[in-house]
Amino acid sequence: MSLYSLQKFLYELNRDESIQKQYKEDIESLLSNYTLTDEESNALRTGDIGLLYVLGVNGQILMHFAAFLGVEWFDYLDKMRDGIKDHGAVRDGVYAMTGGGKSFTTEEEGR
Amino acid sequence: MSLVYTGVLSHAPGITGRAHMVENTDKRDEFYAALEAQRQDIINAGAEAIIVIAAEHFANFFMNNMPAYCIGVSENYEGPIEDPEWLAIEKTEIPGAPDLGKRITRHVMDSVDVAYSEEWKFDHGIMVPLNFLTPNYDLPVIPVNINCQGPPLTPLHRSWAFGEALRRACDAVPEKIALVGTGGISHWPATPDSGKINEAWDREFLNRLMRNDKESLLSYNDEDTYRDAGQGGFEIRTFITAAAAAGGEGDLKFYTAELPIFAVGCTVASFSLS
Repeated sequence: MSLYSLQKFLYELNRDESIQKQYKEDIESLLSNYTLTDEESNALRTGDIGLLYVLGVNGQILMHFAAFLGVEWFDYLDKMRDGIKDHGAVRDGVYAMTGGGKSFTTEEEGR
Repeated sequence: MSLVYTGVLSHAPGITGRAHMVENTDKRDEFYAALEAQRQDIINAGAEAIIVIAAEHFANFFMNNMPAYCIGVSENYEGPIEDPEWLAIEKTEIPGAPDLGKRITRHVMDSVDVAYSEEWKFDHGIMVPLNFLTPNYDLPVIPVNINCQGPPLTPLHRSWAFGEALRRACDAVPEKIALVGTGGISHWPATPDSGKINEAWDREFLNRLMRNDKESLLSYNDEDTYRDAGQGGFEIRTFITAAAAAGGEGDLKFYTAELPIFAVGCTVASFSLS
């Protein structure tokens, strides 16, 4: 149920500019509307893409959140890889990493 | 016959949002030219509205109430929900076709229990196709969603039946309608594997799709697709639905696995209508 709440927080944030404003101005009151673990709340407070990825947040939801935070594309991919290094394999959902962390784009390799 | 055009195209957000990062600009521009030709084909067909069969990414539907199928019947829509700079598409209002959408929904309901919605925000899954197919947003849009994100997912044979139902609905109304299915084939988007493409799998799927071979298209299962084509492969439902609506053979206008920065095998195709 907790992952459900975590994803719902991000789902509602991603699609509603008024909630995005609240996220930036008063995140604590926003967080109080959801049943979340301390780990999940902290990940949302700090925009911890790597941990959110490992916790099993749907990749599309997480990608939109990263875009909202202004994370550059290749940094976003690195943050997910770092999350796996720090916290282990993705724990839930269908967005697991299958490529061992390597890059699949020449543009990323060449940066 | 009021279905005047049917095709498929890719919708990955990188197609617009990461256009500036592409090294293989010749291939990128070839892809864009194929999309422009698709736009012209839709205009030449005299389309008065466009049905976009999409696989949305949590812009509207969540696991509290997830429809397998939904048709948009709103006066207008807004999008993209994503950061406009990230997607390289400005936020805008898109005209809908509420009366036509409701008539189509009624017809589809004769055989498929479809949901409908008068509220709908577009994400990249619809905005990227519209950016190429109706860049001035002057063609009324009827969005259609197939849940390809939150399992359990609708079986492929039901996607086929949905496509056939859409075809019957389009043929029952006088308006000239274009229909496009938009999704990815094999891809692992929104993971560290972004850019991974199983080209052999894609080409086999496209071969079946262009032959519009119902039996071989419906022989895929999600377990194998997840293993060989990633979670992004679940979006083949949109392509299969378009093929079922068209009924005729396909014409693959463009495919490449050489633009992995777009995180998908980029595809443009049309179908003959039978």
